[in-house]
Amino acid sequence: MDLVTFWFILIAVLWVGYFVLDGFDQGVGILLPFIGTDDLRRRVMINTVGPVWDGNEVWLLVAGGATFAAFPLWYATMFSGFYLALFIILLALILRGVAFEFRGKRDSDRWRANWDRAIFIGSVVPATLFGVAFGNVVGGSPISPIETTLPTGTANDLNFTGSFFDLLNPFSLLLGVMTLLVFTTHGAIFLALKTRGEVRTAARQAALRVGVAAAVVAVGALLWAQAFSGRVAVTLPMVLLAAVAFLGALAATLRNRDGWAFILTSVTIALAVSSLFVGMYPNVMVSSIDEAFNLTVFNASSQEYALMIMTWVAVIMTPVVLVYQGWTYWVFRKRISTSMIPPHPPTGRADDRYTGRVSS
Amino acid sequence: MEALDLARWQFGITTVYHFLFVPLTIGGAFFVAAFQTAWVRTGNVKYLQLTKFFGKLFLINFAMGLVTGIVQEFQFGMNWSVYSRFVGDVFGAPLAMEGLLAFFMESVFLGLWIFGWDRLPKGIHLATIWAAAIGTLASAYFILAANSWMQHPVGYLIDDETGRAVLNDIGAVLFQDTAVVTFFHTMFASFMTAGAAVAAVAGYKMVKGRQINVFRPAVKSASIVMIVAAVGLSITGDMTSKIMVEQQPMKMAAAEGLYETESQAPFSILTIGEINGNSADCVLCVPGLLSFLATGSFDGEVQGINDIQAEYEQRFGAGVDYRPIVPVTYWSFRLMIGLGLLGALFGMWSLWRYRGDRTPNSNGRMGKFYVLAATTVVLAPLAANSAGWIFTEMGRQPWVVFGEQLTSAGVSPLVSPLEVWISLIGFTVVYAVLAFIEVKLLLYYIRKGALERDELVEDPYADAVAAENSDDDDRTLYFAY
Repeated sequence: MDLVTFWFILIAVLWVGYFVLDGFDQGVGILLPFIGTDDLRRRVMINTVGPVWDGNEVWLLVAGGATFAAFPLWYATMFSGFYLALFIILLALILRGVAFEFRGKRDSDRWRANWDRAIFIGSVVPATLFGVAFGNVVGGSPISPIETTLPTGTANDLNFTGSFFDLLNPFSLLLGVMTLLVFTTHGAIFLALKTRGEVRTAARQAALRVGVAAAVVAVGALLWAQAFSGRVAVTLPMVLLAAVAFLGALAATLRNRDGWAFILTSVTIALAVSSLFVGMYPNVMVSSIDEAFNLTVFNASSQEYALMIMTWVAVIMTPVVLVYQGWTYWVFRKRISTSMIPPHPPTGRADDRYTGRVSS
Repeated sequence: MEALDLARWQFGITTVYHFLFVPLTIGGAFFVAAFQTAWVRTGNVKYLQLTKFFGKLFLINFAMGLVTGIVQEFQFGMNWSVYSRFVGDVFGAPLAMEGLLAFFMESVFLGLWIFGWDRLPKGIHLATIWAAAIGTLASAYFILAANSWMQHPVGYLIDDETGRAVLNDIGAVLFQDTAVVTFFHTMFASFMTAGAAVAAVAGYKMVKGRQINVFRPAVKSASIVMIVAAVGLSITGDMTSKIMVEQQPMKMAAAEGLYETESQAPFSILTIGEINGNSADCVLCVPGLLSFLATGSFDGEVQGINDIQAEYEQRFGAGVDYRPIVPVTYWSFRLMIGLGLLGALFGMWSLWRYRGDRTPNSNGRMGKFYVLAATTVVLAPLAANSAGWIFTEMGRQPWVVFGEQLTSAGVSPLVSPLEVWISLIGFTVVYAVLAFIEVKLLLYYIRKGALERDELVEDPYADAVAAENSDDDDRTLYFAY
């Protein structure tokens, strides 16, 4: 296998990792106003993702960095082209990240309500817009050559020549709705897996309700995506498998098998995202104007030496990261419930003075 | 304004803002780790009090550094797409390494540290904050290596067909002298900044007479850190300027506003009138000092801006103004030096003031003045850091990659001024609001002070293990958001 293909696969893996991991904590954020009907429930929800959301989000940063290093032209064309969409995503991620950390830092209902809103918006926006962005990558967007200061006649010239509103085409919007619903289901199932009592009951209900809608939209969107797939013989079975896994997840939820359900929604996301990547290879950005203007793994990539160096780094470091990140999930494996949440500190006192022993 | 100018403003604002939090995170992580180590080793509860107190301030700051850092990873592609195409093969590598080697470490281990008090044995819990601290160092190294490449590109060649930079020596990129010296310079600056924050906050609490014995070791250790950092900053700063003279002579000349080549070039501490090119009226000048800074000899010849402009025109082509905006470089360079070392004085004063077990009466004028000094000393290194970055980035102009690509050539060609206006205003407004909230939160927790001894659980892990053995499924979590 050539290096560019290896890096294409690696970047696909990074996106899969990002969507599987940050997908569920975005899902939890989306469900916050619906399942979190009171502060205690909301705190249970937030604390299921508290220790891990930050590490999950790093998958996005590494996907971005790896794209920059391995496929600079992809990185440059995509991020400058999807400018406003990405700007909105960044604002959302900023608000969400700060909200997790700041929400519990003052004892005021208004303070918490504001940060809850930030968590919700900060989760809905990326969960939707990343789907929209992928729709445009796979389904094609107006990309054509323009002259820049770099030598012309090469892929250097390929730029997104459309506007923000070109991104909002029906296929991409449907993909956005799909990621929104699938991540919400994924988040609900994660919540069911990590909680006990009332929150778990509500989460299972939400998983089933949203899950049915998600299944319908996802099957529709992914079948539509076959129109853009370069190898339907491979991607169609992947999509069907994804659908089976997703229905399996809902069935597992019905039967109280939270762990299986979570594994199966993770498999669903992995298969769905992989099917998009497999379908577009060797393209990395499809031009809706002329296929001669497609960015591909061959014309958008770095050269062999840089790819070789980065391959060594990735091959050595990725397993290490997986081990210690996996360990985090092991450390925080216990389910939590409303009865385990320490009370808010009264104003003027530090919040972590409350411990297991303070009840007298 | 054109998209180019707006994009520059946006990069400047978001980067300077991001770097307010970075040094506090880097230095702060080590302070917290050190306090916790002292607690684990000695069992003295005051160190746990310090760990918790500064840990809280550290996390509030870390959250801001983290989220503003996300923007940094993407805005090269957003606003500087031609730059990204040109440098990706080289510049992308340290960025990707930063993600894989550093970001994961920082984020994952901090998550473990924040929530892990009752899930991990003491020693392992301590190791998580150290891992996070080392992660911040690694992160700084890679990003500074990437920036150093923009200042002094090495280890690459230009591809004939595509005109893009192609990596051919990763060792040169990661370990060139510019990167190594810049790293140490920035680390000393980070420890100065964090040291100033710790010393000032602890000193303030001492003046207020609150928890004196808890805060005494903090004020002392932070003061020592500041003094050492000042020495380190001076040495590495000196090394940096000598490297700069060799690699970017224009920047050094612009730092002084030196237009004509001179031997025994003076260093002006204050200048009046415009630094507009022909003559600047030096009010306070140290003869020969610039020569010394630049060359190591008071008689050394320092090239002036006009000569360098002529030389660059020959090397890189005529018709381009290779001069940076001299008043900006001139003043930012002075601000950096002046404010950057201020902390050391406060450190010495604090060490003297609280020497031994002494706690001078703070009700008098000295106490008030000490608080004023403490407040200043928190802000001074932050301003110095900003000035340092403004100097090094503005001093490189008009280049984005020195000698290879002009900033004007690197901007995204099709991102419209309207789009950049939207993002520029959006980021600036959100950042300003967050700054306000963050400062309020920090002040709130500083006023509240450290937890008292009886408010702390010394061994939450043992409690958790005991609860688990007794099948207590509903044990209250030691920490929750």
